[in-house]
Amino acid sequence: MRKFDHKDLLGMEALSVEDIGLILDTAESLKSISFRDIKKAPTLRGKSVINFFYEPSTRTRTSFEIAAKRLSADTFSLSASTSSMVKGETLLDTARNLQAMNPDVIVLRHSSSGAPHVFSKQVRASVINAGDGVNEHPTQALLDLYTIREKKGVIKGLKIAIIGDIAHSRVARSDIIGLVKMGAKVTIAGPPTLIPKGIETMGVHVSADPAVAVKDCDVIMLLRVQLERQSKLLFPSAREYSAFFCLNEEVLKGAKEDVIVMHPGPLNRGVEISNEVADGPYSVILDQVANGVAVRMAVLYLLIGGAKSDNVD
Amino acid sequence: MITLIKGGNVVDPHLGTVEERDVLIENGKIAGILPRGGLTKEPAGLTTIDAVGKMVIPGLVDIHVHLREPGYEYKETIASGAMAAAAGGYSAVACMPNTDPPNDCRSVTEFIIEQGKRAGAATVYPIAAISKGQKGESLVDFCELAAAGAVGVSDDGFPVVNSELMRRALEYARYCGLTVISHCEDLNLSVGGVMHEGEISTRIGLPGIPCASEDIFVYREISLARLTGCPVHIAHVSTAASVELVRRAKEEGLPVTAETAPHYFTLDHGSLVGYDTRYKVNPPLRTPEDVIGIKKGLAEGVIDVIATDHAPHDRLEKDVEFDKAAFGMIGLQTALPLTLELVREGIIALPDAISKLSFNGAGILGIPGGRIKEGENADLAIIDMECEYCFEERDNLSKSKNSPFLGRMMKGRNHMTMVGGEIVYQRDTKDPCC
Repeated sequence: MRKFDHKDLLGMEALSVEDIGLILDTAESLKSISFRDIKKAPTLRGKSVINFFYEPSTRTRTSFEIAAKRLSADTFSLSASTSSMVKGETLLDTARNLQAMNPDVIVLRHSSSGAPHVFSKQVRASVINAGDGVNEHPTQALLDLYTIREKKGVIKGLKIAIIGDIAHSRVARSDIIGLVKMGAKVTIAGPPTLIPKGIETMGVHVSADPAVAVKDCDVIMLLRVQLERQSKLLFPSAREYSAFFCLNEEVLKGAKEDVIVMHPGPLNRGVEISNEVADGPYSVILDQVANGVAVRMAVLYLLIGGAKSDNVD
Repeated sequence: MITLIKGGNVVDPHLGTVEERDVLIENGKIAGILPRGGLTKEPAGLTTIDAVGKMVIPGLVDIHVHLREPGYEYKETIASGAMAAAAGGYSAVACMPNTDPPNDCRSVTEFIIEQGKRAGAATVYPIAAISKGQKGESLVDFCELAAAGAVGVSDDGFPVVNSELMRRALEYARYCGLTVISHCEDLNLSVGGVMHEGEISTRIGLPGIPCASEDIFVYREISLARLTGCPVHIAHVSTAASVELVRRAKEEGLPVTAETAPHYFTLDHGSLVGYDTRYKVNPPLRTPEDVIGIKKGLAEGVIDVIATDHAPHDRLEKDVEFDKAAFGMIGLQTALPLTLELVREGIIALPDAISKLSFNGAGILGIPGGRIKEGENADLAIIDMECEYCFEERDNLSKSKNSPFLGRMMKGRNHMTMVGGEIVYQRDTKDPCC
């Protein structure tokens, strides 16, 4: 039997190709639960999952909540505004306090890169990184990999373009690590101010022009433009961004005929993606959201379900 | 009182010599440097200190420390910092003005000197602020502060953005006999950064501080030294490019000096991968190429001084999210063994290493120290070059523990520090290690 031998899921960095394969296979077998009349399995009955979102989120948080509940775990939600962190409690004290209540999993989203890594050292519970600063967002990468595999059958050898604000995207980092591990050929493109130094060392090709990056692609992954960053001199205007980096039907023509278009959401329609592309036949954006539940069920199951504890050496 | 240090190898960094000598100390001064056994008639009441197999070096002089008092006594006090310094082999330290209140007036300068005297460990010399409140707006009363005992001026930690202010500081400080020490950082370019900007920061998703933010201001200070003819000392050089800028300035004959700190020639940005905040320091740990550049700068005399930038922080400031953690690490008790690693690597010779840790810095600030010579103050340290040990918490005398070197093996250890002929630190000889 294949084993998932990790206490936490902190990033794609720590996962092997086999680990990733196991998560995707597990997700595939759990996906059907969401499409039954009674959308619940007893697998994680009696387990407690705390969703601790120090940063706002709708999609990821709801997805984790649904995933845990469909496996019958008890879920609890904390956000920065409802936690004692607004009273000045440190992250480590919060960690120790949550641990004292003996949860099985803590799902943590935090604005500081590395926060889950430090947090996980303080708790016995499994920690799932639901996005830390601009470092990683591993479950997003896993659901992206799942969606690609579902649509394309394989990941290895695919030509994939990632377009947008690479510098400030944890999704981009996790996707790049996961895709490169799985053998895809990844090209990134975006305004030069949003391409971080040394990104080539992660195994990607850098292209200045989205049209070049998209050429003959199997998959195009778009990233949200963080319009609030305009004040930081990173790009001139949303108008200029959309003129040069927006994925519209014209640019899309350069890709393979069966290309799929992905986006982690939330969308800035008309900025990084045109309405026609977002709602068009190539878009798998809503499949990503649906698969997110299955992948998060798989991660929860592998971390605290039977598989690991039954196989303790 | 008469003391004889017998049988040690005496290092004179100024002459570049290491010779077996006995050192005679009388009334706090060095009364004679004699061939071994050269004191034929022992005077009454003579105390002898056995230094056989050890090095007798001038007491080290650290021109860049943060002692946190007044204002942040929970991190360090002048007493604890001066004692940690003495334990590290230092007979003198110069402390930066970023206290609360900052050292921008006579009363704070005098307070620091007074607390230093009370501590009775390493001598404490205050460095005053360049600008009132370290706000970068107007000069402090340099001459009054010099008269009160300040030995330099710096806005360390709050770099002077306004180039005219820096120009006037250089011009006026020379008149008052003060050295200007510049923390070189373009704050607009480094804004939000928490580590070196490069492939590691990209990989682990932490905002970066580019080398250029340091290099640009190093070049500005060099230009201002050329404009004014006044000396400027560049604090904590961390980039290879800055080393080259200083090299060219020196070749041009400009009065520019520079320091680096042990972490910049010992560690690189790869250490940050685990988000351990003990490695968070400003300027940040750079690339392995920069480490090579710093070593080259030390070897070729471009970098004059090894200072610690001893920056104590409590757990409150370090056991937090990486981007929220304070910058800085303590270093008074690790600088000597880490510098001796350079000696063993063949980068610099022992007298040069000791010179960079003492004589050169003392000269830049115009304070005594750095020589073992007849007539000088008996400020010296006795070190064991061969002693191998693990630097542990029980060794640490700072109030803070933010050292990435805790738990690391070290070779070379201070055994005794003397200031003005008085023993201010002596290692417990019952300690089994070395």
